[in-house]
Amino acid sequence: MGTDPLLAASVQGVLQQLVFGLATGGIYASLALALILIYRAMEAINFAQGEMATFTTFIAWTLVTQVHLSYWIVFPITVAVAIGGGIAIERIIIRPVERAPILTVVLVTLGLFAVFNGLSGLIWGYTIKTFPTPFPVRPVFIGGVAIGIQDLGLIAVSLVLLLAIYLFFSRTRLGLMMRSSALYPESSRLLGVRVGWMLALGWGLSAGVGAVSGMLIAPITVLDPNLMQAVLLYAFTAAVLGGIESPLGAVVGGLLVGVLLALVGTYVPGLQDLRLVLGFVVIIGVLLFRPGGLVGRAHVTRV
Amino acid sequence: MALLELEDVVAYYGAVPALHGISFTVEEGSIVAILGANGAGKTTTLRAISGMVKVGGGLRFGGRSIAGRSTEEVARLGIAHVPEGRGTLSQLTLLENLQMGSCLRHDRRGIDEDLKRIHEHFPWMRQRSGQVAALLSGGEQQMLAIARALMMRPRLLLLDEPSLGLAPTVVQSIFRIIRTINQEQGVTILLVEQNARTALRTADRAYVLEVGTIAVSGTGDELARDESVRRSYLGY
Amino acid sequence: MRALQRPQTVLFLALLLLALVAPLYILGAFPTLEWTYVFAFLIAMMGINLLTGFCGQISLGNSAFMAVGGYATSILVFRLGWNSLATFPVAAALAAVGGILLGIPALKLRGLYLGLATFALAISSPTLIRHFDSLTGGSQGISVPPAEDPFGLVASHALTSEQWLYYLALALAVAFFLFSRALLRSDVGRAFRTIRESETAAVANGISLTYYKTLAFGLSAAFAGVAGSLDAVTTAYVSPDSFDVNLSLSLVVGAVIGGLGTMAGPLLGAIFVVWSPVYAQQIFKARPDIVYGVLLIALMYTMPQGLMGGYYRAMAWYLRKRRASRGAEAGPASGPESVTPG
Repeated sequence: MGTDPLLAASVQGVLQQLVFGLATGGIYASLALALILIYRAMEAINFAQGEMATFTTFIAWTLVTQVHLSYWIVFPITVAVAIGGGIAIERIIIRPVERAPILTVVLVTLGLFAVFNGLSGLIWGYTIKTFPTPFPVRPVFIGGVAIGIQDLGLIAVSLVLLLAIYLFFSRTRLGLMMRSSALYPESSRLLGVRVGWMLALGWGLSAGVGAVSGMLIAPITVLDPNLMQAVLLYAFTAAVLGGIESPLGAVVGGLLVGVLLALVGTYVPGLQDLRLVLGFVVIIGVLLFRPGGLVGRAHVTRV
Repeated sequence: MALLELEDVVAYYGAVPALHGISFTVEEGSIVAILGANGAGKTTTLRAISGMVKVGGGLRFGGRSIAGRSTEEVARLGIAHVPEGRGTLSQLTLLENLQMGSCLRHDRRGIDEDLKRIHEHFPWMRQRSGQVAALLSGGEQQMLAIARALMMRPRLLLLDEPSLGLAPTVVQSIFRIIRTINQEQGVTILLVEQNARTALRTADRAYVLEVGTIAVSGTGDELARDESVRRSYLGY
Repeated sequence: MRALQRPQTVLFLALLLLALVAPLYILGAFPTLEWTYVFAFLIAMMGINLLTGFCGQISLGNSAFMAVGGYATSILVFRLGWNSLATFPVAAALAAVGGILLGIPALKLRGLYLGLATFALAISSPTLIRHFDSLTGGSQGISVPPAEDPFGLVASHALTSEQWLYYLALALAVAFFLFSRALLRSDVGRAFRTIRESETAAVANGISLTYYKTLAFGLSAAFAGVAGSLDAVTTAYVSPDSFDVNLSLSLVVGAVIGGLGTMAGPLLGAIFVVWSPVYAQQIFKARPDIVYGVLLIALMYTMPQGLMGGYYRAMAWYLRKRRASRGAEAGPASGPESVTPG
């Protein structure tokens, strides 16, 4: 059987980009999920989601490279710190404006954006750092195609994370209480649920998920205080594309965005460095023509 | 023993007073009805107990003051409040609604027992466990709301207009359930009703509210037999 | 001539007089430069005030339009040898076109989604600048010769170049201020306010949402464009990073802190945005972002309507007390458009 080598090479190239796209897409999906968690609970977008993740990623970096702890210890510690931090931020900073108009909440999150961005710069400076990766950088050969182990690892971690979140919300009691509090705060209070703390937990989980996505993306790009700005943009794109109230939409949207950017970036000449703009265009396009996103449903009313 | 005591309770929506000093008690194990026209303050009374409106005066549950406590704290003390409109968690499934009732309890076996008992009384709830609650009929949602409240193993059950929007036969079923809960499980019940006739047949004691104060009180029988009361206040 | 007797007019003229003499007798070179930036930011914030404060449209992306203005000026001067003053109208026009283009999709977006989309614009615009590097100089940026002074004042040593730039900026700021004040008092201003309060009511009154919203976006972008041009000639340099998302944030922060929907708010905001980094570095050794962020959050708790809003609320409270104790009619409170964000 004679295979056209050029065809094989291009098929191999597409497959590699597909895998890479899924890997980065998983990261975008994770951050999008973090955004949607808060949106479902408060109908507000946490513009500081990315910067909080950058901050926790820097903490992880310090623990690994300065304190010399093993990556596998640092990972859960960082997530725990992020969860605690998220809960604290909601209880201390967001709680006073919980019932204020949406724009006030948004401005507070913009304030948080500025604070975290500044803190990252202040504490760690703007020199570029490298973030260690737990995955070997060699490729593995599947069906004759060289696939990066790192990419597969990223896909695996994202899948595990998304599955864990799904199971948490659908199968556990606490997850049920959080869902109920987000949808029906008043009725949930009548059942004895401390809705305020459920909201705080939502922020905590969001921050934890954000921390994971930060630690996943940092090894494949440069670590500086602006690390997550691009990821935040793509997460917005993913959330909007998938449907901003739908967690499933976040996953679908994220994977789509990742694959789209990987393929466009490689195969469309000249667009490699315009991917951020592409993200912006997709956001506008979706909001204009299909505001519910691909998976999202109609707006729900709350009690 | 008086499980719930209200003493000169006033309640406000913002700056507007809705209750002007009402006093009554609910004995443990009894069924008490609050009657009156629309806007008389019946729902406000329940909301005052649940900490949903600003309250002044003496409000005691099991001897302890609960005035000024938050809604969730009052619920945690053992008061289950089924609000106007039933508070159905519409997008959750029937089973999830019931599970939310018991979400604060830690006694795994007790929860399972209670769930089994509810399924015995309402076999249809077991069959349709996975159905989204929004798809239930009005009467079914009312039964679900009561069942969910029971999953809290409350000492006091507050029911806001359980007959609202339901057909007469369904209303009879609901009130039969209310009597059963009270007799078999000893749950104290305070209910607010517009349908005075049915309520008086079930209640041990009743209070008629008019514009935020208590106009008449008596046992269920007394009020049911008093024609002038019925005509002036209860509309029949 | 009654206008001349109103306290605001007197205050305005007094401040203007102060501003005119300050660089000659009071300010040294560095403060003069800082105040030039204040006037540039003032123009940008007046644009935001028009769009968000009076018309109710959230935009977090005005840094992109400052970039349009800044780069238009830089490119025309650097590559085509234009006189920098002549580039200002071009910058305003180009930025206005950009604003109108943004306004078209923005017509269908509201609140949070509009904020999201414009935030995305702010994040992605530096990439666009970097992409067209043959034109924009990419990441290197462009060095711009400072604006020539057509009156020969600098050449004849009547003014230093900082002072010339200061007066240029001041003149533009005053011009834009008078323009927006006139605009807001006209039917356009009324239409903006109606749209801000309720779009349904606006439509019911026959106000074309399309026309006025697009107008608001276009104007606000034009203001930002001129501010960008001023910034370019004052700094004598533009680069993609000077127009990043942090710039948009500082514009929004300043506008909100000053007080959206008030006439004096943008000035307070501009002063805050330009001077707080100076003090932040001296006193706290902190990054200015941290100061912005903390102050923004603190303000949202206490004075969501910004400093001017807080001032007006205090005034209203004081007047109410005076009226109550006197039992007589106090004079009409000089109320602002008190806009609670959201």
